[in-house]
Amino acid sequence: MNISTLDKSFAMQMSRDELLRAYRTMIEIRAFDERIEKDFAAGKIPGFGHVYLGAEAIAAGACHDLAADDYIASTHRGHGHCIAKGCDLEGMMLEIFGKAGGICGGKGGSMHIADFDKGMLGANAIVGGSPPIVVGAALNQKIRKTGKVAVAFAGDGASNQGTTFEAMNMAVVLQVPAIFVIENNGFGEHTASSYSVGAESIAARAAAFGMPAEQIDGVDFFAVRESMLKALERARTGGGPTTIEMKVPRYLGHYIGDPQAYRTPAELKAARAIDPLVTFREKVVSAGLLDAETFAVIDLETYARVEAAAEKALEAPYPDPSALERDVYISY
Amino acid sequence: MAKKTYLQAIAEALRLEMRRDPNVFLIGEDIAGGAGTDHRGSVGGIFGLTSGFIEEFGADRVIDTPISESAIIGAANGAAITGMRPVAELMFVDFVGVCLDQIFNQAAKFRYMFGGKAKCPLVIRAPIGGGLRAGAQHSATLHPLFTMFPGLKVVMPSNPYDAKGLLIEAIRNDDPVIFLEHKLLYGMEADVPDEAYCIPFGEADFVREGDDVTLVAFSAMVPRAVEVADRLEREGISVEVIDPRTTSPLDKGAILESVERTGRLVIVDESPPRCSMASDIAGIVAQEGFAFLKAPIEAVTCPHTSSPFSPSLEDAYMPSVERIEAAVRKAHAYRAAA
Ligand SMILES: Cc1ncc(C[n+]2csc(CCOP(=O)(O)OP(=O)(O)O)c2C)c(N)n1
Repeated sequence: MNISTLDKSFAMQMSRDELLRAYRTMIEIRAFDERIEKDFAAGKIPGFGHVYLGAEAIAAGACHDLAADDYIASTHRGHGHCIAKGCDLEGMMLEIFGKAGGICGGKGGSMHIADFDKGMLGANAIVGGSPPIVVGAALNQKIRKTGKVAVAFAGDGASNQGTTFEAMNMAVVLQVPAIFVIENNGFGEHTASSYSVGAESIAARAAAFGMPAEQIDGVDFFAVRESMLKALERARTGGGPTTIEMKVPRYLGHYIGDPQAYRTPAELKAARAIDPLVTFREKVVSAGLLDAETFAVIDLETYARVEAAAEKALEAPYPDPSALERDVYISY
Repeated sequence: MAKKTYLQAIAEALRLEMRRDPNVFLIGEDIAGGAGTDHRGSVGGIFGLTSGFIEEFGADRVIDTPISESAIIGAANGAAITGMRPVAELMFVDFVGVCLDQIFNQAAKFRYMFGGKAKCPLVIRAPIGGGLRAGAQHSATLHPLFTMFPGLKVVMPSNPYDAKGLLIEAIRNDDPVIFLEHKLLYGMEADVPDEAYCIPFGEADFVREGDDVTLVAFSAMVPRAVEVADRLEREGISVEVIDPRTTSPLDKGAILESVERTGRLVIVDESPPRCSMASDIAGIVAQEGFAFLKAPIEAVTCPHTSSPFSPSLEDAYMPSVERIEAAVRKAHAYRAAA
């Protein structure tokens, strides 16, 4: 096992409870999106489905040190962010199945889950929709001097959107406590980021806007958390925005059911061999911090909870059509 | 002549025009797919519509871009005013939100604002509409938005034959054209000639002739209107179904002529009601055909809300055959107080 002393010492700074909390978040995301994948493929979930499998360490690591009154804004691939920010599993499940009692009443669906009480400003089906919103959420913190931050999640694809460029530049100009987490899974839909990103790296491009930026391994929870802690410290103490580009594998296609003719079976296999949960477990076990049985118990318990939530969602009724004209400022 | 789907008819129009005119090219996201991998062209657009195009026309004419709609439409504009005929694709019409400036302030205005010096033969293709449970940001139609901008032509084909003829007209047309393809229609099949042909803009199609009620519908609402006409015919109610095919220019003559005969008008529009084609046409008929009317104009639209995700809510959101039928019956049954 190759564990650098830095990784080891960083893991060792976390208490047993903290390690368990981090792992629970990751396994919840894994179990949740595995179940979504299955039910979506079986035609039980309407609409479009994008899962977070392979990127669990990013959401878990980036949200680990955020409180409910720190904000995040997410993407079309947002289940992981929602879970890591504390959204209710059952409410999310109901929402994704389009059922009554869903976290947004069934009006949003997978691409529009939000829970403002948890500081989750919404998944977003417009690529590049979230970064400017996060600048505003961060501006709020700066004006009111709360010491809180706002984090934008965006993909490599979204990093090419003008809205993202504008948001990054303005975050620097206004010196707001914003953090841009760029999840680079190598693809935007069916186009490789090696084609679509002209710069040497997304971090390099962000740095050119005038903020600290680094590229890290998004598979390693500890690397994600460590980088985030630096960015958080900077943001909370008036040091302005940061960009962190995190490299991760994309386990599945862009959407559930994507035939992925643009990736070879060997490439897919290689992507799936890189596992943030395995990485975490190996580090923690070999450092003697937790044992394998502890993980096994958590896994069992989490899968059971996710299964129960999904079964409940399957059984639940659809919203009454009378909800259609609710939550709009005027109706005709 | 062979049976072709709406999607195939659109692809055929693109292929024929690209073969005929080297100035025609395609630009958009994942229209070939697989860029940056060893499998370039392996996608052919998210609906597979441009599958095989990069193989035939090459990467210079089938251009995959980064996710940057403002630059896609802007680049297409620039190529158009310098003599090419770009066909840009917005993966979903909803993404117009991030590139609207290039459409309404630039493309739409060049010719007029520059005193007739510029021409902008740009086509923007975009899938529209609900029914796929795609949620609030992937289900809009937005045709009324485009229709309000002078300088744009707006096309909404309702069947494979029209889709092909209208798209070829759009590509050859010297003005910017917004070509709106309904996602629910991609699989619709009909006889479509193999050769190229144009359908002129601003000429409505009388899909069904009838004497009792005029029923105007666009895009995916046309098959629903026809279903209602068929149902009511069995009861002896004769419904005339008009598909204007383009909202800009609008064939108001056809609508007025029909209302003059029937005296009763129902408009079906997959759009929230305010500033819709329903309110637009109702306004025109109230202004120019008031004397023809024997009953209040009925509009069947979506409610004044965004598109909901849940199937039970989206079904209530879209104009259904049942709602259209009820509106036609109401218009037909109306008798002015003596
Ligand atoms: C403005 C806009 N353009 C295009 C799309 C269609 N689309 C949805 S997800 C996506 C790819 C996004 O890639 P990336 O940001 O890398 O995120 P990933 O899916 O890889 O997580 C695209 C093109 C969209 N939803 N919004």
